[in-house]
Amino acid sequence: MLAVGLAHYLVVGAILFVLGVFGIFMNRKNVIVILMSVELILLSVNLNLVAFSAQLGDLAGQVFAMFILTVAAAEAAIGLAIVVIYFRNRGTIEVEDVSTLKG
Amino acid sequence: MIAALAFYVFAAILVASAVMVVTSRNPVHSVLYLILAFFNAAALFLLAGAEFLAMILVIVYVGAVAVLFLFVVMMLDVDFSQLREGFQRYAPFGAVVGGILFLELLLVLGAWNFAPEAGDLRLAPAPEGVSNTEALGRLIYTDYIFLFQAAGLILLVAMIGAIVLTLRDKPAHSRRQDIGVQIARSSSLSMQRPSPGQGISRDAILRPLPPEPREKPKPVTHDGHGHGGHH
Repeated sequence: MLAVGLAHYLVVGAILFVLGVFGIFMNRKNVIVILMSVELILLSVNLNLVAFSAQLGDLAGQVFAMFILTVAAAEAAIGLAIVVIYFRNRGTIEVEDVSTLKG
Repeated sequence: MIAALAFYVFAAILVASAVMVVTSRNPVHSVLYLILAFFNAAALFLLAGAEFLAMILVIVYVGAVAVLFLFVVMMLDVDFSQLREGFQRYAPFGAVVGGILFLELLLVLGAWNFAPEAGDLRLAPAPEGVSNTEALGRLIYTDYIFLFQAAGLILLVAMIGAIVLTLRDKPAHSRRQDIGVQIARSSSLSMQRPSPGQGISRDAILRPLPPEPREKPKPVTHDGHGHGGHH
């Protein structure tokens, strides 16, 4: 059972989620901060899952949160690898001119 | 009471550090604030009774992912002041989108209730008298074993992908075995059959022929100096 109400956890999760989305919009040029914002969004989802899991006494939510952690770690590794090779090729990490793949 | 107080403290620090992650001018500071945010989220997990996930969060995120971010930020020699140019331009747009999203989430939160039969629909009720880690272990290695293996596969694919993406071949600096050339070599050694007990002194010492030049060597320009060993 939770020490505080479930709504408190959900509000914190919502604030984190909004901050992550806000960060993606604000740092349009810096891919690394965008990746960090994605991590924040995934963290907020984990927070919600854990809160519901604790409220209901259902462990499945925590198992799901663990799998989300796995996917987030893989995503960070691949994303940073792409950033590194993009920087090697272009000498910058601005996202706005990543239109070189357009035909 | 103390738990509620701790919740508010950790949640406040979590939100504040998340704000700093997004708005910080220096990406190194962003990564450090991200680490702080993960620590506080782990504390919130602990307060909710998810001890195993809290420890996993600290180990995986603070120990691996955040350090990876720090590595990349410090490795890339980026002019970060120039990356901040669009900040003012996109701030109103981001604020509007974020505000709408937050309002919608609050609406969902306000008009939402547990179903009365939610307690009976539980997928894996937490067992009594068992620690969180043990209960999770019982669940992961039985009901969710295939998902667990799939998670491992995802990590493997991510690892191989990251290595393949960032690996740089440097053929100019390394000597490697060229199997095609090695097999197609025409003037290779012929096999000899020395008589037993005689040693190889009868046939003298056999050496492999020098490998054929793969392309013509550059013609040497004789400009009268610089050739030490040819007299």
